[in-house]
Amino acid sequence: MELLSFGDKGWGDELALAACMTLAVASCAFLLGTVFGCFGALAKLSGLRALEIAADAYTTVVRGIPELLVIYLLFFGGSGALMFVASMFGHTGYIGVNAFMTGVAAIGFVNGAYSTEAIRGAVLAVPKGQIEAAKAYGMPPWTLFRRILAPQVLRFALPSLGNVWQLCLKETALISVTGLVEIMRQATIGAGSTKKPFTFYACAAVLYLLLTTLSGIGFGRAERWAERGVRRS
Amino acid sequence: MDPIFMWDTLQRLLPGIPLMLQLVSLSLAVGFVLAVLVALARLSAFRPLSAAAAGYVFFFRGTPLLVQIFLIYYGLGQFPEIRDSFLWPFLRQPYWCAILAFTLNTGAYGSEIMRGGIQSVPWGQIEAARVCGMSGLLLMRRIILPIAVRQALPAYGNEMILMVKATSLASIITLMEVTGIAQKIIAETYRAVEVFVVAGSIYLLINFVLTRGVRALEWYLSPHLRDARQAAPATEAAALAH
Repeated sequence: MELLSFGDKGWGDELALAACMTLAVASCAFLLGTVFGCFGALAKLSGLRALEIAADAYTTVVRGIPELLVIYLLFFGGSGALMFVASMFGHTGYIGVNAFMTGVAAIGFVNGAYSTEAIRGAVLAVPKGQIEAAKAYGMPPWTLFRRILAPQVLRFALPSLGNVWQLCLKETALISVTGLVEIMRQATIGAGSTKKPFTFYACAAVLYLLLTTLSGIGFGRAERWAERGVRRS
Repeated sequence: MDPIFMWDTLQRLLPGIPLMLQLVSLSLAVGFVLAVLVALARLSAFRPLSAAAAGYVFFFRGTPLLVQIFLIYYGLGQFPEIRDSFLWPFLRQPYWCAILAFTLNTGAYGSEIMRGGIQSVPWGQIEAARVCGMSGLLLMRRIILPIAVRQALPAYGNEMILMVKATSLASIITLMEVTGIAQKIIAETYRAVEVFVVAGSIYLLINFVLTRGVRALEWYLSPHLRDARQAAPATEAAALAH
């Protein structure tokens, strides 16, 4: 137990800091994924053949490929791509990519595919009559989106976005392969220097359980908030 | 994009496929049995049993698979009791650790899917079976499980795809399957995009075959839906003839 105390002797503060890092990566990746998801859903519902095919390819490919492979692609290929772009502007030095950015980009990109489906389903769940009614009232598109579409899409998409968030949280463990010090990496460091791997990985597991359980409760509250005023059958 | 390099990469990646398929099939097969047992335990009226099942599912669904793999592969060696036990020859090897972790993981996710399937079996069918004198295992084997499996199949197909993707994590504990070899090639050559395209295509192809297989199995298991769909035009034609 002394091992996990806070301060110089123990690993408690290091692990807590690592948990914050996990949370930071997961939140940024989730936000990025939601942005990707909005564009993906927009493309899938656009009615333009080319956009639909592109979005379909995105969701099919990303959901069929291991996340780890995407992380390796961005971790090893990211700096190459950046250097290529920089060389066009006359810069020839080495540019390394930040492990945090790599992680956020990789997980955000993967989660975008799952969010696309969640948001697309939610948009389709809005009754068509409501949109027709709004148009009949003479609402311009932006007002229609803000008053009719957005609030309901948010409500319908929340449960699936909650699942995407849980996935996102658990996928951040994979970022440890790039050396970013989040929960998993910190547990490995601790396990290596104290020769107590079970203790440290069990702590990591408890931290993840804490994060997933607490955010699950949070999403449950958000769902209830989004459903206020909706009559239940 | 260099086709010759990609062809070489493909040749180097192919030996990783048998290992990956072994990991997937073994853990899915054992995991399915585990999933059914855990689902039944979860639904049992005996409180300690259902609580234990719920705890197991909560732990394995709430933590990343990587943590579970590390807990088993690196963690268990911390205890001298396990190092001295007869299990150690197995638990020392990354192969069996990976299979154990994958099995426990898919068992937890699968049990939730199977629970949904079992709960969807119409009550009337169970009642009818009881009226016919079936109970216990016979009722389970003849009525509940076949219907539950058919009901759960689409969701279970998704879980299978997730497992195919999850085998990539075995590369982190030194098992050289497709992702492991791909990572090695990328680290050697720094040609991430080409290797990614080749390795990704292998996964896509396997998942494509898997989804088709599941769909075929679903078709095979649902003769009642199939007949209705095929019979419909015939009856329509018969009605028109009259």
